[in-house]
Amino acid sequence: MPLFYDEDQSMLEDSAAEFIKTEAPVAHLREFRDKNCPDGFSHKLWEQFGEMGFNAIMASEEDGGLGMGLKEAGIIMKEIGKNLAPSPFLTTAVAGVEALNGGSKALRDRYLPGIIAGKTVLSLAIDESSKHRPEAIAMAAKRSGNGFQLNGKKQCVIHGISSDMMIVAARTAGSAGDIEGLTLFAVEKDTKGMEMDAVRLVDSAVAAHVTFNNVELTADAVIGEVDQGQEVLDRLLRAGRVASAAEMVGVGTGAMNITLDYLKERKQFGQRIGEFQGLQHRAAHLYSEMEIADAIVRKAAEAADAGVESAELLVSAAKAKVGVASNLAVREGVQMHGGVGMTDEYDIGLYMKRDRGLSEFFGDSRYHANRVAQLYGY
Amino acid sequence: MSDLETFRKETIAWLEENCPAEMRKPAKSEADVCWGGRNFQFQSDAQKQWLEVNAARGWTVADWPAKYGGGGLNPAEAKILKQEMTRMGCRIPLSSFGIWMLGPALLQFGSEAQKLHYLPQIARGEIRWCQGYSEPGSGSDLVSLQTFGEDKGDHWVVNGQKVWTSYADKADWIFCLVRTDKEDKYRGISFLLFDMESEGVTTKPIKLISGNSPFCETFFDDVKVPKDQIVGQLNRGWDVAKYLLGHEREMISGGGVSNEMPSIGAAFNEIVALDPIMRAEMAAFDVDTLAFKAMGELFMDELKAKKGHPAQPNMMKYAGTELNKRRHELVMAAGGSEALEWESAATNNGAKARNWLRTKANSIEGGTSEVMLNVISKRILELPGA
Repeated sequence: MPLFYDEDQSMLEDSAAEFIKTEAPVAHLREFRDKNCPDGFSHKLWEQFGEMGFNAIMASEEDGGLGMGLKEAGIIMKEIGKNLAPSPFLTTAVAGVEALNGGSKALRDRYLPGIIAGKTVLSLAIDESSKHRPEAIAMAAKRSGNGFQLNGKKQCVIHGISSDMMIVAARTAGSAGDIEGLTLFAVEKDTKGMEMDAVRLVDSAVAAHVTFNNVELTADAVIGEVDQGQEVLDRLLRAGRVASAAEMVGVGTGAMNITLDYLKERKQFGQRIGEFQGLQHRAAHLYSEMEIADAIVRKAAEAADAGVESAELLVSAAKAKVGVASNLAVREGVQMHGGVGMTDEYDIGLYMKRDRGLSEFFGDSRYHANRVAQLYGY
Repeated sequence: MSDLETFRKETIAWLEENCPAEMRKPAKSEADVCWGGRNFQFQSDAQKQWLEVNAARGWTVADWPAKYGGGGLNPAEAKILKQEMTRMGCRIPLSSFGIWMLGPALLQFGSEAQKLHYLPQIARGEIRWCQGYSEPGSGSDLVSLQTFGEDKGDHWVVNGQKVWTSYADKADWIFCLVRTDKEDKYRGISFLLFDMESEGVTTKPIKLISGNSPFCETFFDDVKVPKDQIVGQLNRGWDVAKYLLGHEREMISGGGVSNEMPSIGAAFNEIVALDPIMRAEMAAFDVDTLAFKAMGELFMDELKAKKGHPAQPNMMKYAGTELNKRRHELVMAAGGSEALEWESAATNNGAKARNWLRTKANSIEGGTSEVMLNVISKRILELPGA
């Protein structure tokens, strides 16, 4: 399969680009930020995503979805990134759906129709510290009657307070670091014993610190097998990593594009600043880095979709590479904008903030470079 | 089973049967590379056999048309062949400027007679080519070249000097940029082919910082070139040259031959275990290598499907050469004092140090990194006044 987009994928790209640019340009993010919206995203836009068919990409045809994969989901993520569109697409329609794909038919029947229609929102409660370290999950889920009792804390649950269901990773056996003993749960909104502390992040996303106090769950809340949650978690993380990497390609590309526009219009010393070789070479280097980041993200998506052995390596390489490249894009973007790059009025600063948020999401470039080294055996 | 799956199966079977065991081990040095040509000394019978079986099947140039000595494979088949050769560790049977550079230019600009004459010789490795582009006064500003071909009716008489002519002393023929009109800078250059054994051609190897001499100065003193040895139109050689430079940039960037880029950290397992900073640098480098490999794949896919920006080879050349230079800096750092040895059997006569020094030319030859960035700025980013 070629790495460029085929005809169907190009059509999807065109329609996603047009739709998101029209319905959720950067002004849309500003609107939701400035009115201090508690959800941080538009439910109307989420329904429109459903109507466009985007939310059905990762669900199988059997489950009423389109049976496509991360390469297609990545196309949507890139357009979200370019426009900084606030959306629960990543947590819900990509990582969330992929976790449900590893769970029971009953759970899929329960949640997928709402997700596909753009009604249901999912959140992901994985991290327990400020850095992404899924191998260190320690939160306890003790067997209790026919079900489980959850106690502990989760950090930085994006869309936590807005979600209809939260996917929670906890330990039903073993201790932090063990492959066995993890279990993933589908926890309904307003379940007794859950406390949430919402906090707005630098990029205007809303995250929750979640505390679980004797939260009682029945056995049918388990996604996949008890104690064998690592497999479902890996699916979720793989999807989340590819999708967040694709969004970062969009963020970096969007930042680069507005910066190039600025270089072509801003005049100093009687000429457009884009005529200066000192800036041209930096812009050309940035272009090169963004192209390469886009390529590895496509490759990682293809590998994850095909389920090949090298997928984990490529996925981590993708998140690591794009983390560096999109960070370069936003830093160069602000610097090349000069003084106005520091103002809230110009969009480039919003790109810098979103890049910072996404770089932490599902592991930063250092985490994933380290993982590449580990997977290579050093 | 789809046609492609059948092709893959047959390809694997053919490689298993025909690729000698010795040709499945990585080339250790430049001496293991098969360049072909009139005077080529094969390193082993296996090297010769591997060239011959591939030439017979057209697989030295798998995606060229069969009538020109190629394998006639479509892009998907050529990709499968490359994948399987990489997977099995098969060496490239024939390395050649004829394949990478002149061939594509002839396919695009050559007459049918030229294609039928020159291309099969390239495919079979019979004629080794060199490239006469740079001159002492014309490096990055190549179009200012002065080597002159005077019109003498049925032939030109060429006088001048080229420099950085790779392997000119080992090549059989040269493809050469020659000024045929002194009045028009861009439209006064012709693309000529001639035999290096022609009277008036002399070469002088240039000793480089690596101690090796892969490049030559090449002198032309009243060299006669018949008129039918021009590629493309008179005075329009710059079009051919630019097209060909695109291919040269692909080659140098590794876009075409990005097979051998294994993990550098894994290669220096013991060193990185004791040196966390080295480990971190190598991990970051491995990330960049994996990413560039994916870029190479995307680039080649786009190239074969005639998609992608026409100036994209410049980006590949820039990124690929800078990456390769970084790799060799890390290899030297990991090698420590042993890598400093210049003349010792243990280091294969300072192979690491010499290779490291050689890579410094990567971002100079075939257009400097700075020229690549200029081209990206102008043609892809459309920045003003570049």
